[in-house]
Amino acid sequence: MATRTIVPFGPQHPVLPEPIHLDLVLEDEKVVEAIPSIGFIHRGLEKLVEKKDFYEMTYVAERICGICSFIHGQSYCQAIEGVMKIDVPERALYLRTIWGEMSRIHSHLLWLGLFADAFGFESLFMHSWRVREKLLDIIEETTGGRVIFGSCKIGGVRRDIDALGLKRVESELRIIEKQSFELTEVFKKDNSVKRRTIDVGMLSKEEAISLGAVGPMLRASGVSYDSRKLGYAAYSKLNWEPIVETAGDCYARCMVRCRELYQSFDLIYQAISKIAEGPIDVKVTGNPTGEYFARVEQPRGEVIYYVKGNGSKNLERFRVRTPTFANVPPLVKTLAGCELADVPVIVLTIDPCISCTER
Amino acid sequence: MIHIEEQPLLVVDKGTLVEKAGQMSSDGWRLVAITCVAKDNYELTYSFDKDYKINNIRVVLPKDNPVLPSITKPYFAAFTYENELQDLFGITVTDLALDFKGTFYKLSVKTPFAPQSQGPVK
Repeated sequence: MATRTIVPFGPQHPVLPEPIHLDLVLEDEKVVEAIPSIGFIHRGLEKLVEKKDFYEMTYVAERICGICSFIHGQSYCQAIEGVMKIDVPERALYLRTIWGEMSRIHSHLLWLGLFADAFGFESLFMHSWRVREKLLDIIEETTGGRVIFGSCKIGGVRRDIDALGLKRVESELRIIEKQSFELTEVFKKDNSVKRRTIDVGMLSKEEAISLGAVGPMLRASGVSYDSRKLGYAAYSKLNWEPIVETAGDCYARCMVRCRELYQSFDLIYQAISKIAEGPIDVKVTGNPTGEYFARVEQPRGEVIYYVKGNGSKNLERFRVRTPTFANVPPLVKTLAGCELADVPVIVLTIDPCISCTER
Repeated sequence: MIHIEEQPLLVVDKGTLVEKAGQMSSDGWRLVAITCVAKDNYELTYSFDKDYKINNIRVVLPKDNPVLPSITKPYFAAFTYENELQDLFGITVTDLALDFKGTFYKLSVKTPFAPQSQGPVK
């Protein structure tokens, strides 16, 4: 047996701006085992329910993450609406779908850039973020914010987008879609991308299920599961199917995200064509009593929001199970047996968001 | 109209938890979350998913000296949730496949979510 060496990966590492730590047990250049460690910046936001009432917690939920902030807010609102059986107006459900899919596009473009950076393709990284910047402009135009949308509230949404605005959103998105196509063709066909990602970080279908993988990590291993199929927001009224790849390697996870980009563009176009006129919110009365699990598909996978109310303004419990937290065991599995040089690429393919995980 | 899921809940004794989790695993249910509510006692909810249906199993533990068997045998992925229970809530989990012994989270306050915690947020 070769001599074993333990190499620490993180919590500060050039490939990740956020702190996660892995103890990599190596035999020469091969990773034998990876032991994860998190919690370097755990904020205890769940505990804030003791100080903030259930309306204020919407703002806290939105600040769990700076990339999928809108979907965090939406998930929290859906959990409260589930407990209180609030009937959200249809127009608000469509608007939530449009902003949710914009979040997915900007998150996937951001990830594509980071992924390119992880295997040293710097120009591809810069082009991905250049395209993403144009989407952030649309988000700013429609919500007023580039990072925190502040658009979702319990019982509906805070802002509307008028017909002219929706038309403008669609025409801008068609330009971004065309530019995204040029980008994803490189990820799909470039030889250097393929050589760094094909047959690297394998996760079988059985392993993905038993290890609790979620999101693109799960779907790239051949499992057709996407929480949007539960039918929340306007997804049950739109025509779409989960994007699935079967190879279970880094390339497959990249392809799932590339294809999901186009799916998100299409979902927004469909939502714009079907959106109904009408109110965007309803008045909420009373306090939540009971418990509910809201399951929503974030760009990184399924997030679970649990809320428990006892009839007072403050919830008894607020709990968030984030996709990155669920993807830690599959990550450990994919790292075992890989080359040390592939570790940053494999870690990136779960699209880790430590900000979410350290809620 | 919002979508509200049916969310069945079965309360079991902690002595039958591992067996029940094993059955869920054999039947193809995916573990999606372990949630703890700490108030007058510890209320632990194990959530599973299969074909877009959620199913919950609940175990209630006393406030003093809470001890729980690990389900990492049928569900290895539970090690993250169970280490979280140890670090944040102070629950002792026995037979954990990957036990960080209180160091999974780097906390300045010991077991901050435990009912008796004197943490910074009150």
